[in-house]
Amino acid sequence: MSYARRAWIVLWKDALAERRSKEALNALFFFTLLLLFIFQFTLGGDRERLTDALPGLLWLGFVLSGLVGLGRAFLTERDHDCWEGLLLSPGDKSAIYLGKLAGNLLLMLLVEAITLVLFGVFFNLDVGRHLPALAGVVVLGTVGFAAVGTLFAAMTAQVRARELLFPVLLLPVLVPVLLGSVKATEAVLAGEGLGGVTHWLKLLAAADTVYVAVGVLTFDAILEG
Amino acid sequence: MSRFDSMMADFAIQISALKKIYGGRPILSDVNLAIRPGEAVALLGANGAGKTTLLRILATLSRPSRGTAVVAGHDCVKHAERVRERVGFVAHGAWVYEDLTALENLKFWTTLSGRPMSAETLRVALTAVDLDRFAHARVRTFSVGMKRRLALARLTLSHPRVILLDEPFAGLDQQAAKWVDEYLAAFKAGGGTVLLTTHSFGRGLGVADRIVILAGGTVVLDTPAATLSPDDVRRLYEAHAEDEA
Repeated sequence: MSYARRAWIVLWKDALAERRSKEALNALFFFTLLLLFIFQFTLGGDRERLTDALPGLLWLGFVLSGLVGLGRAFLTERDHDCWEGLLLSPGDKSAIYLGKLAGNLLLMLLVEAITLVLFGVFFNLDVGRHLPALAGVVVLGTVGFAAVGTLFAAMTAQVRARELLFPVLLLPVLVPVLLGSVKATEAVLAGEGLGGVTHWLKLLAAADTVYVAVGVLTFDAILEG
Repeated sequence: MSRFDSMMADFAIQISALKKIYGGRPILSDVNLAIRPGEAVALLGANGAGKTTLLRILATLSRPSRGTAVVAGHDCVKHAERVRERVGFVAHGAWVYEDLTALENLKFWTTLSGRPMSAETLRVALTAVDLDRFAHARVRTFSVGMKRRLALARLTLSHPRVILLDEPFAGLDQQAAKWVDEYLAAFKAGGGTVLLTTHSFGRGLGVADRIVILAGGTVVLDTPAATLSPDDVRRLYEAHAEDEA
């Protein structure tokens, strides 16, 4: 009970602080909008090219905004010396990881929902028709992304070259998640459903499980530095 | 209980032959210090003397290169988690989230420490540091002194047996500093142990039973506070600071 309450209070704190400051949400919204303008400008109105590129572009948008959002996950802790407070708080530190992960997941899913709607508007895409399957794929992909991203954000928070190190460390580890997500999204947007891509979905589920487990098991050591 | 265990039980803080080397440079070298329960020690020293490093080792935020540090009967390296349960630490940073209110900050830290408390209890702690009027104000609007008082409110709620304070009077006005003095005196009277660093010769020394001067990473003076006037302390401090320079 205490473990769950400790994870909850970290999520509560992050959600409350973000609701009030809207720092990450505003920045990510405008960043996503900018990306969409660039994609629209580059691809123009060529429907065929668009259909081929759309799943990749969608996840490129998610990944770029995710990198920006996750990179600042422990910035408040570092800037206000709260890192020491987290470290000295008694009890299993993995509760802090799970709370942070839940907060990041919420923020990323919110930004991704906005991105999906904007994609629909910019590229004349009927998102609603594919929504249940698409939502499943996005959630599966985002859990793995957020799990490993939260862990690496903690790992690089105290490092001087963290802006450089964070994506360099994160992106190679994200390859299985990105492959599975893009392939499954491609099938959904092509109207083929998820039946033919169950192997990719299994890969996503396995990656999610492994990344969350690794995060829970190693966060204590990472926090201790 | 062995003779060693018995000796350890007599002290709330026991530091033996402690060394800390950072980047090839010795920060602390051969520090020995023992503090009994109910005792308050003021640690003085010039910038770079190793005061903060020593506190960070005792708070389990840093590991010694050599030697041992035992707090409340537990080794700071081998049993860091047990030490953390018994130690209250206020460092230079106040550990506050600026987009949260004072009350929300206290709620966060007490719950994270596994000691969730009612809003009423949290308000009492805020009243004690004269922040009750600002309970629902965001910490972003607080002055440095107010943030420090909030950090002290957090400290009181953790009910520590040993308190480590790094420059606790920095940024505090007269009233807040007086409250800190009174709180530390009451804490000490209840059997608690205090180790504080200070640059102020007026504040902090009043509550101290002993004055320890650290220079060049080692203890150069350890004397009962009652034998020294603030002017004596200042003279000794300046003499050692000059030696170090």
